[in-house]
Amino acid sequence: MPVQTIWVLAEPTATGISTTSLELLTAARGLAATVEAISWGPNTAANATALGEHGATKVHDVGDLGAALPGVPVAAAIAELVGSGAPDAILIPTSGDGRDIAGRLSARLDRPVLTNVVGLIDDAGLVTEHAVFGGSLTVAAKFTGEGPGIFVIRAKSFAAEPSGGAPAEVVAISVPDTGATGLATISSSHAEERSGPSLDEAAIVVSGGRGLGEAPAYAMIEELAGLLHGAAGASRAIVDAGWVPYSHQVGQTGKTVKPSVYLAFGISGATQHLVGMKGSKAIVAVNKDRDAPIFSIADLGIVGDVHKVLPALIDALKNR
Amino acid sequence: MNVVVCVKQIPDPAAPPALEPGTNTLDRSGKLILDDSDAYGVEMALQLVDTAGGGEVTLVSMAPNAETGGLRTALAMGAAKAVLVSDPALKGTDALGTAKVLAAAIKTTQYDLILAATESTDGYTGTTPVQLAELLGLPSVTFAKSVAVDGMTVRVERQTEAGYDEVTVPLPAVVTVTAGVVEPRYPSFKGIMAAKSKPVDQLSVADLGLDGQVGQAGARQEIVDVAASESRTAGEIVVDEGDGAARIVAFLESVKAI
Repeated sequence: MPVQTIWVLAEPTATGISTTSLELLTAARGLAATVEAISWGPNTAANATALGEHGATKVHDVGDLGAALPGVPVAAAIAELVGSGAPDAILIPTSGDGRDIAGRLSARLDRPVLTNVVGLIDDAGLVTEHAVFGGSLTVAAKFTGEGPGIFVIRAKSFAAEPSGGAPAEVVAISVPDTGATGLATISSSHAEERSGPSLDEAAIVVSGGRGLGEAPAYAMIEELAGLLHGAAGASRAIVDAGWVPYSHQVGQTGKTVKPSVYLAFGISGATQHLVGMKGSKAIVAVNKDRDAPIFSIADLGIVGDVHKVLPALIDALKNR
Repeated sequence: MNVVVCVKQIPDPAAPPALEPGTNTLDRSGKLILDDSDAYGVEMALQLVDTAGGGEVTLVSMAPNAETGGLRTALAMGAAKAVLVSDPALKGTDALGTAKVLAAAIKTTQYDLILAATESTDGYTGTTPVQLAELLGLPSVTFAKSVAVDGMTVRVERQTEAGYDEVTVPLPAVVTVTAGVVEPRYPSFKGIMAAKSKPVDQLSVADLGLDGQVGQAGARQEIVDVAASESRTAGEIVVDEGDGAARIVAFLESVKAI
């Protein structure tokens, strides 16, 4: 049976709708006759234009959640909506809140979830694509039971393209009583200052890892990123070590980046990291270990000391 | 305060991974070790119990075989006991099925707080702890980079795209921790010796009343194809002879990045 209806979770951000959500709407309209969005927050009416442009005819608005973490109330509202007419599939962006919503919804509906999806096609039902073992294998999977299928899809799996659609019709949906599950509340939010292009969108990304040796050395990564008009990224190891904020993290649990050039300094190339950057057009790596996995995907690999190569590179660019 | 930590025993990430012929699920037939990601939850739990001045840490885990090596590692760190749901019927269980098993096993324990890693290193689905919370009717906070318990309230710094949120949640609750939350201790020799005699309760799927809901059939999903990815080939790898920076500049020029 062909895919008729797809719902897309449209995550609100400070300035609109997340890029990954728009990517999923674009993909959904190529797969299904009817595409509808589900969103929340105080600005859904304002976001209806962008949602419509990317293919949603309707947006189900959960409304302003106040201080509540979105996972529980949004999943509960979606589960209610499924009760009054289920889509074939629900597409959810890979993000902290996206995974919370997918997990809650899965348990509420008693439906399995396919996560880390990087491709989606219709082949007598939706078939997903997953990159496993650091991207060396591509696995295709599908649901075998009753729908709706819940798919959690990674950023940049598709390109976001407007279709010129009219603004989506905003329809309010309500949150049922969630009892004790809904008791997590945000008491304050802290945003880290960032300058220059965002990691997601920069044409050049300069990342540092454990090989930098110590936290102050990360300043060289930021300086080089500035000189190249790029963004500074990081491996999970140095985020976990507290050298740089999580917003800099590239990889499985961080951002997926696909810049024109990715420069990795002192990053060995754990699977967790490669998943987030192997789609870059060109990769340059500097590492002291000739056997570091990052060299197997680098277009230019320099086996050497980042503390020598980085300052020399910064000097050379300053003198151009 | 009693803390349950969900832990997973996984194939050693240092060994090359493989898929099982037939099902194409991850081959877990070799030796399994404690997922490194779980050491953070275990350490956090030990510190919270210590701060509270009483209570104990219980490990809850599941495996298709009776492997306990990874659990002994966490017991050696200081956890008091473990519940292992071990059953060949669990082979091929998905994230939701895992959550059902863990929820049923956790119901046999005393807990105020349940900790887990944000995701496992082998499967990295990242939904099991939240599915577990929903099944137990508990609130949850994921991606914690710090956790503190203040009476009956848990205060969490939760990583976000922009920075972090301070989140509060009443006990009992489920919290998932990142590897930045605490620095795990190494088991001491005394701890390793003590771990050998700590109780590991083994339960079967039938004991938990979950027959038919777990395993490959319960997963309601299948892998339909596996193919080698279009691989990137390594380019030019050179040893820095003082010309490393110049080579990078030349490369950036060649791709018109500068």
